[in-house]
Amino acid sequence: MGRAMPAPSTTRNVTGTRFTRGLGIATLASIGLLAVLGLVVTPADAVQRNGVRIMYVHVPSVWLAYLAFVVTGVASAAYLWPRTRSLTWDRIAGASAEIGVLYVAITLVTGSLWGRLSWGRYWVWDARLTTTALLFVTYLGYLAVRGLGGTHPQRARRSALVAMFAVVEIPLVHFSVQRWNTLHQEESIAKGEINGLMLFAIFWGVVAFTLLYVWLLLHRQRVMAMEDAVEDRGLDRALVERRAEALVGRT
Amino acid sequence: MSVWAVARRIAAKDLRIEARSRVLVNQVLPFSGVVMVLFAFALDKASSDIPRQVAPGLVWLATVFSLLVMIQRVFAVERDDGALDALRVAGVTPAGLFLGKTIGLAVQLLALDLVLVVLAVILFDTAVAGLAAAGLLAVTVVVAGTALAGVGTLYGGLAAGAKGRDTLLPLLMLPVVVPVLIGATRSTEAAFGTGGIGMTEGWAWVALVGAFAALAVGGGALAFGALLEE
Amino acid sequence: MTTTFVVLSYLLTFGGTAALVAAMVHRGRRLARQVPPEDRPWT
Repeated sequence: MGRAMPAPSTTRNVTGTRFTRGLGIATLASIGLLAVLGLVVTPADAVQRNGVRIMYVHVPSVWLAYLAFVVTGVASAAYLWPRTRSLTWDRIAGASAEIGVLYVAITLVTGSLWGRLSWGRYWVWDARLTTTALLFVTYLGYLAVRGLGGTHPQRARRSALVAMFAVVEIPLVHFSVQRWNTLHQEESIAKGEINGLMLFAIFWGVVAFTLLYVWLLLHRQRVMAMEDAVEDRGLDRALVERRAEALVGRT
Repeated sequence: MSVWAVARRIAAKDLRIEARSRVLVNQVLPFSGVVMVLFAFALDKASSDIPRQVAPGLVWLATVFSLLVMIQRVFAVERDDGALDALRVAGVTPAGLFLGKTIGLAVQLLALDLVLVVLAVILFDTAVAGLAAAGLLAVTVVVAGTALAGVGTLYGGLAAGAKGRDTLLPLLMLPVVVPVLIGATRSTEAAFGTGGIGMTEGWAWVALVGAFAALAVGGGALAFGALLEE
Repeated sequence: MTTTFVVLSYLLTFGGTAALVAAMVHRGRRLARQVPPEDRPWT
């Protein structure tokens, strides 16, 4: 980039506002507290012992992932509804799905680590686990559809439809896996005593990760808006250049 | 033309192309046969009863893999000469186009599944015991074929029309067909008498697949226009 | 094993979050050079 840079104030905190800065600080503080609660303050579980500490990041992660996918579904519906059609909804849907995919991946890994400690196995074919794994793959596909190219309205419509299919399909997948599962094996979830402090740590994790999600979504959505703007500008510039070339060729 | 008239003509056209080119007979059926044989190699048939027990699942897995091949074929036919654009310019309703493609694909899947069931009987020592079992199996093949054809046409339409999208189709479609795979496998098990589940249970699974088929075909007919329009 | 798994889980969760944030901030700063303020309505 040989061009003159804009003032430093615009390159720093490019997607931040006073609100997101405040939110960011609150998120950081509550995640710090969650780590302290989860690793130090809460007692070890009678059955799962220290393995239970994984739950304080696992449950909030899966909560965040599901929240993100719900937002993707709602934002996609909002895009498809003619009165609320706006590329902002599309970007919210896309940003939310990206965040959701990351946290569902984290959920699957931390969950199998916990499962190894509590059940002695990394994976069981429980309906919840299986549906979550399929959810991961489904939204990877959604993100791939977003990456197909074309104009922004094309991307928006195509991906919004795929998100709608996912919303319809996921309950069916869950239901069928559940029925399939009951034929083959019993649920084997180890149940330990949960005391008030442990419950509070999980609750706190959910709060902290909700703040985190909102912060991530706002920033990712704004980065995406800039990506789209850059693409549009690139296209405009290319059009101007081609037109100029055509004119030169004619004269 | 009404939606149904369009659908009938599209389906007839696709099946006529199929009858002349014989891609299904010469390529897809041998492919699915090879898949079935490869499953047998993977399963160590000498030492156990496992191949017999999993034969119903193998039939439907082979169907799903073959479906991936067939969908690319069904849309390649339209794409190669820009026929899809021509159809849309000619004002063919997208719902009719979707239903026609789905019917054409469902008929081909039906033929494929008949062959696969026979292969399962021959290769894996299964049997359809009695008329009731045969009825269940027949309904399963029709209903699951319709469901798979609907989903396949829907995602095939999404993946059609641009380069580099073919690899996307399996990623999008395979997670979606899970309910069909599970349901059709269970009811086929009931018909083969291998899975330890009764006929009533088998019919319940067919009902689940039927609900899926209704959603896939109905949703596809509604959404297909928006998917193609670009 | 328990300690390893617990530490691994926390590292993965917070490390994954940190990686996403870092990638996002990096991309945002790079893009901001090409996007004038009028295309950034939140500022």
